[in-house]
Amino acid sequence: MSTKLKILVPVKRVIDYAIKPRINKAGTGVETKGVKFSMNPFCDIALEESLKIREANKGLVEKIHAVSIGPTKSQDILRTALAKGADSTTLVDVGETEVEPLTVAKMLQKVVEREQSNLVILGKQAIDDDLNQTGQILAGLLNWPQATNASKVEIDGDKISVTREVDGGSDTLQASLPMIVTADLRLNEPRYASLPNVMKAKKKPLEKLKASDLGIEIVNRVETLKVEEPPTRSAGVKVESVDELIAKLKEAKAI
Amino acid sequence: MLRSLIYKRSFSTTKISRQTLAFIEVSNGSITSLSLSAITAAQNLGKPITAILAGTQAEKVASSTSKIDGISKVLSAGNGQYDHYLAEELVPLLKEVIETRKFTHMITPASAVGKSFLPRLGALLDVQPISDVVEVLSEDTFVRPIYAGNALATVKSNDLTKLVSIRASAFQPAKFNTESVSIEEIDSLEKSDNRTKFLSEQLIESDRPELGSATKVVAGGRGLKNRETFESLIEPLASKLNAAIGASRAAVDSGFCDNSLQVGQTGKIVAPDLYIAVGVSGAIQHLAGMKDSKTIVAINKDPEAPIFNIADIGLVSDLHEAVPELSNKL
Repeated sequence: MSTKLKILVPVKRVIDYAIKPRINKAGTGVETKGVKFSMNPFCDIALEESLKIREANKGLVEKIHAVSIGPTKSQDILRTALAKGADSTTLVDVGETEVEPLTVAKMLQKVVEREQSNLVILGKQAIDDDLNQTGQILAGLLNWPQATNASKVEIDGDKISVTREVDGGSDTLQASLPMIVTADLRLNEPRYASLPNVMKAKKKPLEKLKASDLGIEIVNRVETLKVEEPPTRSAGVKVESVDELIAKLKEAKAI
Repeated sequence: MLRSLIYKRSFSTTKISRQTLAFIEVSNGSITSLSLSAITAAQNLGKPITAILAGTQAEKVASSTSKIDGISKVLSAGNGQYDHYLAEELVPLLKEVIETRKFTHMITPASAVGKSFLPRLGALLDVQPISDVVEVLSEDTFVRPIYAGNALATVKSNDLTKLVSIRASAFQPAKFNTESVSIEEIDSLEKSDNRTKFLSEQLIESDRPELGSATKVVAGGRGLKNRETFESLIEPLASKLNAAIGASRAAVDSGFCDNSLQVGQTGKIVAPDLYIAVGVSGAIQHLAGMKDSKTIVAINKDPEAPIFNIADIGLVSDLHEAVPELSNKL
C-alpha cells in the first residue's frame, strides 16, 4: 500500500494571459486597475494534474489543497480552484505587496507543514514576473527532490516518474515522496469549472491567513528601480512578391 | 560595543574577494554557446571570473574552458554524480564552493539546467535569485524582461551574494583565446542527500544549428495546417539558409513538430540575425520569444495578423506558393 497523497497546489492571481500589459505612469510597474485577472495558466495546469492523479489512482489522493499568496482578491482564483475540484484552500492575504519567490517559498514551506503535504505541484512560472523559481526554492528549503517543467507525471507506488522538457528534448527523473513538481504547458489541458461546481465551491473551505500567522516577515531583497516599455521596432515594409522579398533581404544584408 | 561591530562589518566587506563564479554547461561533449553568452554577461560585472565545470564531461572541455576570454581560473568537479546536472547534486557543491571561496556572484545561462538549479541554490544561501537578465548595469543592478517581454524591469539586488541567470540571446558568446588559465580539480561532496534518479533522456537528433544560438531561424505556425506541410515547406527553406527550425505553440500543440522547437515565453527565447515566420499569427506569447531578432520576415495570408506589426519585411501571400518559391530562388 502506497503512501496517501496530500497534494498542495500553490496558485497565483495574475493579469490574464491574453491582455497586453500597460506600464503605469510612474514607471514603477504595470497598470492593474480595471484589468482582467485570472489564475496563472501554469498554476491551472498544476491543479489539473493533481485532479487527474486523483481520478487515475482511486483512493490514492487524500486531499488536494490549493493555496494562494496575494491580495484579498486572490480568493476569486481559490474559488475557481475549489470549483474545479480542490478540496480546501488557504489564502495568505498580503495586500497589494509584491512578494518575491524566496518569501513565497518560505510561506509555502509553512503551509506544507500545516497541511502535511507530501507532493507539491506548482506551475513552472508565473506569467507576470516570469521568474521560474518558486518550486525550486521550495524544494531547496524542504530539501525535497524536484522535477521542473514536467510534461508527464507517472505514479508507481511510492515512486513518481516525471518526464521533463529540457533543452534539446526531454528527460525522465524518478524520486520517491515527498517531492516537488513544476508543470510545463504540455502536461495537460485544464478543465473548465461547471456552474453547479461553481455553486458548490462557495461552501468549500477557504481559510484566510496573514503572513504573520505563518511567522513570516515580508522583506524584499530585490528592489525594482523602474519598469519601462521595451524599445519599439521601427515600422516594416510590405512586399508584393517573393522576388521583392529576396531583394529586401539582400538590401538588409540578412542573406 | 556597537561601534566595534560596525567597524568589524565594514572591515569585513572590504576584505571580501569580489569574484564571479560562472557555471559552464556542457552538452554532447562541448561547451554550450549559452554558457559562452553568460560569460560575456559576467565580464560586464568587471570581476575576475572563475568557471566551474561539473560531471564526467568536464575533463573533455576543461582545457577549452580555460581558454575562454575573460576567465581567470577553472574549477572542475569531474565526478559522475554531476552528470545530467541534477539540481539536488549540483546545489550542495555550488553552495560549498561559493561559501568557502567567497564568491559574490554566481552566473549561469537561463537554460533548462540553469533555471532548475539556481533557485534551489538561492534557497540554501537564503538569496533571492535574478532570472533571465538581458543587461548588466552594475554589480548589483540588472535589467530583465517581465510580462512576456512586454516590459523591462531594472532591478537592484540587496543580497550579499548575487545569483543571476542570463538570457543568452541578449549577449554575444565569449570568444576563445590562445592562452589558458589554471585548472583546479575539486572533489565532489561525499553526501548530497539526493533522492532523485535520472532514468533516461530522449534528445532530438538534428544536423541543424541549435535553435537557441542559430543566426537564422525559420519558424512555422498554425497556418501550415499539418505535419507534412510543416516538413515539406519549412525544412527546405531552413536547409537553404542553414537555419534552425522553430515553431509557434499552436504548431507544437497540433503535433506538427517537436516541443523542443517552440519559440516563445514558455519555449526558447531566440534573437537571430534573421527570423522568418511562416504561417505564424504573432500572439504575445510567441513574440516574447523572438521580437529581439535583427530582421524579422513574416509570410502570412492574413494581412491583419499581428506578426506584421513587428515584421521588417512582410509578404501577404499563400505560404503554399510563396515558401517553395522562396526556397527555390535563394
